[in-house]
Amino acid sequence: MTAPLLSVNDLKVHFEIGRRGLFGGARHVLKAVDGVSFDLRPGETLGLVGESGCGKSTLGRAILRLLPLQSGRTVWLGRDLARLAPREMREMRREMQIIFQDPLASLNPRMTAGEIIAEPLVTFRPELKRAEVKQRVQAMMAKVGLLPNQINRYPHEFSGGQCQRIGIARAIINEPRLIVCDEPVSALDVSIQAQIINLLMDLQAEMGLSLIFISHNLAVVRHISHRVMVLYLGKVMEIADRDSLYANPLHPYTQALNSAVPVPDPDIERAKPRVVLKGDLPSPLNPPSGCPFRTRCPRATQVCAECMPALERAGADHMVACHHAAMPDRP
Amino acid sequence: MLSYFIRRLAGAIPTLFLIIAVSFVLVRLAPGGPFDKERKVPATVEAKLIEKYHLDEPLPQQFARYVAGLAQGDFGPSFKYPDRSVSELIGIGFPVSLTLGLSAIALALAAGIGLGIWAALRQNTWIDYLCVGTAMLGIAIPNYVFAPLMTLVFGLMLGWLPVNGWGEPRHMVLPILALAIPQVATITRLTRASMLEVLNSNFVRTARAKGLPEMVTLLRHTIRAALLPVVSYLGPAVANIVTGSVIIEEIFRIPGIGRYFVQGAINRDYTMVLGVTILFGALIILCNLIADLCYSLLDPKVRYD
Repeated sequence: MTAPLLSVNDLKVHFEIGRRGLFGGARHVLKAVDGVSFDLRPGETLGLVGESGCGKSTLGRAILRLLPLQSGRTVWLGRDLARLAPREMREMRREMQIIFQDPLASLNPRMTAGEIIAEPLVTFRPELKRAEVKQRVQAMMAKVGLLPNQINRYPHEFSGGQCQRIGIARAIINEPRLIVCDEPVSALDVSIQAQIINLLMDLQAEMGLSLIFISHNLAVVRHISHRVMVLYLGKVMEIADRDSLYANPLHPYTQALNSAVPVPDPDIERAKPRVVLKGDLPSPLNPPSGCPFRTRCPRATQVCAECMPALERAGADHMVACHHAAMPDRP
Repeated sequence: MLSYFIRRLAGAIPTLFLIIAVSFVLVRLAPGGPFDKERKVPATVEAKLIEKYHLDEPLPQQFARYVAGLAQGDFGPSFKYPDRSVSELIGIGFPVSLTLGLSAIALALAAGIGLGIWAALRQNTWIDYLCVGTAMLGIAIPNYVFAPLMTLVFGLMLGWLPVNGWGEPRHMVLPILALAIPQVATITRLTRASMLEVLNSNFVRTARAKGLPEMVTLLRHTIRAALLPVVSYLGPAVANIVTGSVIIEEIFRIPGIGRYFVQGAINRDYTMVLGVTILFGALIILCNLIADLCYSLLDPKVRYD
């Protein structure tokens, strides 16, 4: 097995909510990401799935140090990112990029597409001549499916899908090794989603990129990922290679998510067994004791309230954190 | 862009005409007249005066005469300063108010934008609280309180600056400060608020993710966007300040245009009041136009054609 490109170990991102006010308001800690560990291999796509508010995006940003608070280790090719000086970290950003969820809002409305795409190049390769920068920008635009003559247009003159292509072009212009895709397609039409996903997969094959693909769309994640990680309230529930996760989900939460994916055949859709979760996601400010999922879990027992199950190996490339993972579904 | 500019100027003509017409009528509706004094002028003299200034004509005819004069750049004779025309008096007073006002605006911009950015970058620290608190004071305390206090401290107690007068640069320091302080306060608050909004926007996060140095993120991505509200505030504010402040000009004995406005109104000096009103209206129109043009420079989404 090749050495991991990125190795995340017990990463925690906690936010303090509410400051001590005049009348001594209580301090709360929101554990957005609570002890997540995983390895990412070169050229691999790791899918990150979970409900809204489970810490997917926070995890993606914490890895890239776009968030200040951090405990745990994020090791990039043997170097601990948390220990880098701001200057060194800035250099590292050549290697690791991010694509954001809202394609239009994440582009500066006062810069042209060409300026946006060129900016990382000009920042890290100041020796390049203007004509060469322009030529590279246009080549990059062609690569992501934009017309090179659109170089002087402003973001609001593009459609959502085109804006996301600009976002991708500026992310890959310095040839990074990792791109965190933070729900890159959830703001787009379904037909455009497919185009963007295929573009990302083509670029990955061509450039050997590693991707961390954050989404709540299980079908999209299944299409693009090699491995998939399921998060719930900031904790890893299950992580496995794609095929075993989708064919043989062990965690009751993964099973529930899976059964909620609609099948485009009414007969199968009506007949298939459903795991319907009761209630809402508990408040991350006041998570349940033990396993965070126990309040909605059909298999929860006394032990679940007492201690958080460890992430344990359940297959060749399959880890699951559940006391009752091996038990079959009760009717 | 040029054709837009010309069209806007052409569109200003009806606005200006309306301002002239309304103020012409309003000022004449005010009770009393320019020749009412504590001691009654003899009837024959008053009749002569009224005839000389054409006040005996019907109002529409007076108006036509006035507008015809305006079209040639003549604001008419002052009723109170018999040998001076209003154009002359404005020509003397306006440069003074303009110099003071523009200096105050320049100071307010430099200090206000600087403090606003600083406060936003240090949000919720003592620096932020200090800037915002000072700005609140600057807005809350009127400048007729500030001006005498500054005169007292810098003029009388410390003896650094002259208390009043006009002619030398040192005469300008206190009036400029007094004019600038409320503006500094407003611009600080505007800049801080919009800086905070832009700093938390997605495209600034993108700029950081690109790996740009913090300074570049700030200059190229943040400040440019954050200045838009300040620009739109500046349009009317500049017009307001350069037409002079009665209070400041009275306190520091400055021969500016601001006091003409009030004196003209008290004396029913019809042409003087009209002249200053028209100047003020024209300046507001012009400053707003310039602000709109600056907008298109700062924000490519705003296009004029």
